[in-house]
Amino acid sequence: MTTQEELIREEALTTAEGGGNYGLMAEFDSPSAVVAAARRIYGEGYRRINAYSPFPIEELSHAIGFHRDYVALCTLICGVLGALGGFMLQYWTGGIDYPLNVGGRPLMSLPSFIPITFECTVLLAAFGAFLGNLLMNRLPQPYHPTFNVPSFARASQDRFFLCVKSDDPMYNRTKTRAFLESLGAIEVSNVEK
Amino acid sequence: MAEVNREAEGYVDLRPPVMGPGQNFNSIAKKIGDIVLMRGFKKGWVFGFMIAFLGSVMMFNTIAYLVLKGVGIWGNQIPVGWAFDIINFVWWIGIGHAGTLISAILLLLRQGWRNSINRFAEAMTLFAVACAGLFPLFHTGRPWMAYYLFPLPNTMSMWPQFRSPLMWDVFAVSTYLTVSALFWFMGLVPDFATMRDTAKKKWQRVVLGMLAMGWRGDARHWHRYETAYLLLAGLSTPLVLSVHTIVSFDFSTGIVPGWHATIFPPYFVAGAVYAGFAMVLTLAIPVRKFYGLEDFITMRHIRNCCKVMLATGLIVAYGYLMEAFFAWYSGNTFEQFMMKNRMFGPYGMIYWLLILCNVLVPSLLWWKKMRDNLFVIFIISMFINVGMWLERFVIIVMSLNRDFTPSAWRMYYPTIFDFTMFFGTVGFFLTMMFLFIRFVPMIPIFEMKSLLPEAKVDERKVKELEREEGRGPIGSSPLPQYGD
Repeated sequence: MTTQEELIREEALTTAEGGGNYGLMAEFDSPSAVVAAARRIYGEGYRRINAYSPFPIEELSHAIGFHRDYVALCTLICGVLGALGGFMLQYWTGGIDYPLNVGGRPLMSLPSFIPITFECTVLLAAFGAFLGNLLMNRLPQPYHPTFNVPSFARASQDRFFLCVKSDDPMYNRTKTRAFLESLGAIEVSNVEK
Repeated sequence: MAEVNREAEGYVDLRPPVMGPGQNFNSIAKKIGDIVLMRGFKKGWVFGFMIAFLGSVMMFNTIAYLVLKGVGIWGNQIPVGWAFDIINFVWWIGIGHAGTLISAILLLLRQGWRNSINRFAEAMTLFAVACAGLFPLFHTGRPWMAYYLFPLPNTMSMWPQFRSPLMWDVFAVSTYLTVSALFWFMGLVPDFATMRDTAKKKWQRVVLGMLAMGWRGDARHWHRYETAYLLLAGLSTPLVLSVHTIVSFDFSTGIVPGWHATIFPPYFVAGAVYAGFAMVLTLAIPVRKFYGLEDFITMRHIRNCCKVMLATGLIVAYGYLMEAFFAWYSGNTFEQFMMKNRMFGPYGMIYWLLILCNVLVPSLLWWKKMRDNLFVIFIISMFINVGMWLERFVIIVMSLNRDFTPSAWRMYYPTIFDFTMFFGTVGFFLTMMFLFIRFVPMIPIFEMKSLLPEAKVDERKVKELEREEGRGPIGSSPLPQYGD
C-alpha cells in the first residue's frame, strides 16, 4: 500500500511531467483487444481512463467502469413535465382563462384532452433524450485534445483507442506508457493538450 | 459469440445474410461515404433530380396561385369540403409511418436487418410528413393565419379549441415531424464524424465537423447515445401509432356515414404501414441498383419488406371486409346506403380499383418466386401506392358526396390544380430524396459496421488476451510502484 508521502511525490511528478499533456493514447486493432486491455487497465487501478471506438461496444464502456448514465432519468423528467404542461395548457386555456362550452362537454373534458397531453409528453421526452444526451456528453465540442493524435482519425473508422488521462493519480509517463505497450497496443502516443 | 456457439451446436442460419460477403470496416465506410464525398454528380442523378425539381416548381407555382386566388381553384365544394387535400395529407402521413416503423419498432424488436434501410426510411418519413403538412396548411385558405392553431397569447384573448380532433392533428403531426427529425439527426452524428475523418477537402471536413459536433466515439458518449437512441425509439413507437390514430379520429369522431366507425384507428395504422413499406420498396429498389448497394440492401431486406406488406395488406383487407359488415350489421339506412353507393354508385369503379390494387395484386406476394423477383415487387409496390391513395378517396369523397339528404348530394370532380398540387408534392418529395441520397450517408455506416462479425467482442479471446498480457513489465505486479 502507498503512503501519503508517496502519493504527494507522485502527484508532484505527474504535474511536472504531464503539464502540457492530456494523457497517453493506446491504439488497438480489434474490439476484443481493446476490451481486454481496458479490463487490464481498470484492474490495475487506473480510473481516469477513456475508450474510443467507431461503433458502440457495450463491453467497452463497462470495462472502463462506466455503467450508469442519466439520460433515461432526464427523459423521464422531461416527459412528466410535458404531460403536466400539456394537460394544464388545455385545461387552463379552455376551462379557466376562457371557459368554452363545446357541444355541452364539461370544462374538464378529460378524454378530449388525452391526445394532446400524450403528444406533449412524447415531444418533451424526446427533447429530453436528445438534449440530455448532447449536454451530458458535453457536445457540441469543436476542440478536444484527443484530436491532436494523428492516428486518432481512425477512431471513427477501424481502430480502437484507450486513453489514460494525465490527471489519474496513478499516471506516470514512462510506467504507464510501458504498461500500455505491454497490453498489445499497436502504438502508444502522447496526447498534447 | 452467440453465432460461434450456435455453429458448434450444429445450428446453421438458413436465412440469407443481412450483408454481402467480403465487407470490412473500411469498405463499408468507403462505399457509403463515397456517394456523398465524390466529386461532381452522376448523370443519372442529375437527370432524375431535374425531373423531380420540375415537379417542385410545379408545386410552388400552384401554391402561389392558390394563395393569390384562394382554395376555389381546387375542386372542393359543399358537401365535398375535404377532397384531394385531405386525401393527400393522409396518404403522405401514411407513407411516412413506415420510416418510423422500420427505425423504431424494428429496433426495439432487435431486428438487425433493419440497419441498412432505416436511415433511408427515416428520411422518407421526414419529407413525406413535410409534404403532408402542406395540405392542411393551404386548405385553411389563409395559411398566414396558421399560427391561430397554436396556443399563442393574443389580443383577442382567445385560445385554440382543444376538444377538436383537428387540434389534436396539429399537435400530433408537428410532434411527429420534430421527433422524427431529432431521431434522424441523432443517427447521423457518428456518421458525420466518420466522414469528417476521411474527407479529403478542407471545406468538407469543416462542414462535416460542424455537423458531427465534435463526436469522437468516446465509450461514455456511446453509452449515453445508445440509451438516448433506444429511448427515442421507444417514444417514437407509440407516437407513430398515435399519429395515425389521431388522423383517423378526424373522421371517426364525425357522424358522416362511412366515417363513424370504431375500426378506424387500427385500420388506418395498418394502411399507413402498408403504404409506407410500398414506398420504401419503390424507392429502395432503384436506388440500390443505381448505386450498387446490393451488399447492404440485400434480398433479405426486400423479402422482409414484402412479408410486412403482405401482413399489413391482410389487415387492410380485413378492414374493408369489416366496413361492409358494419354497414350491414348496423341496420342503419344511411350506413347501408353508403356501402351500396361505394360499390355500385357513380364512383363504384374506384372502389373496385382499390380492391384490385390493395387486395388482389399484392396477393401475388404469397408466392416465394414473386418475393424474389425485383421487377414484380416494384410493380406491386406501385399498385399499393396507388391503391392506398384510392382508399382515402373512397373514404373521404364517397362518404361526403352522398350523405343524409339527397337534395344536398353533389358529384365531386377535381380540377387541374388538384393534380398539379398533388404531383407537385410528389416532385418535391423526390427532390428532397435526391438531395438526401447525394449529400447525406443514406445507410448508417456505424450500424453497418457493428453488424460485421469482427465487430463483436469475443469473450473467449478477451480472456485469452487478458492472461497473455499479464506478462507485461508493469502488469506483472499488482500495483505499480510510485515515484522512482
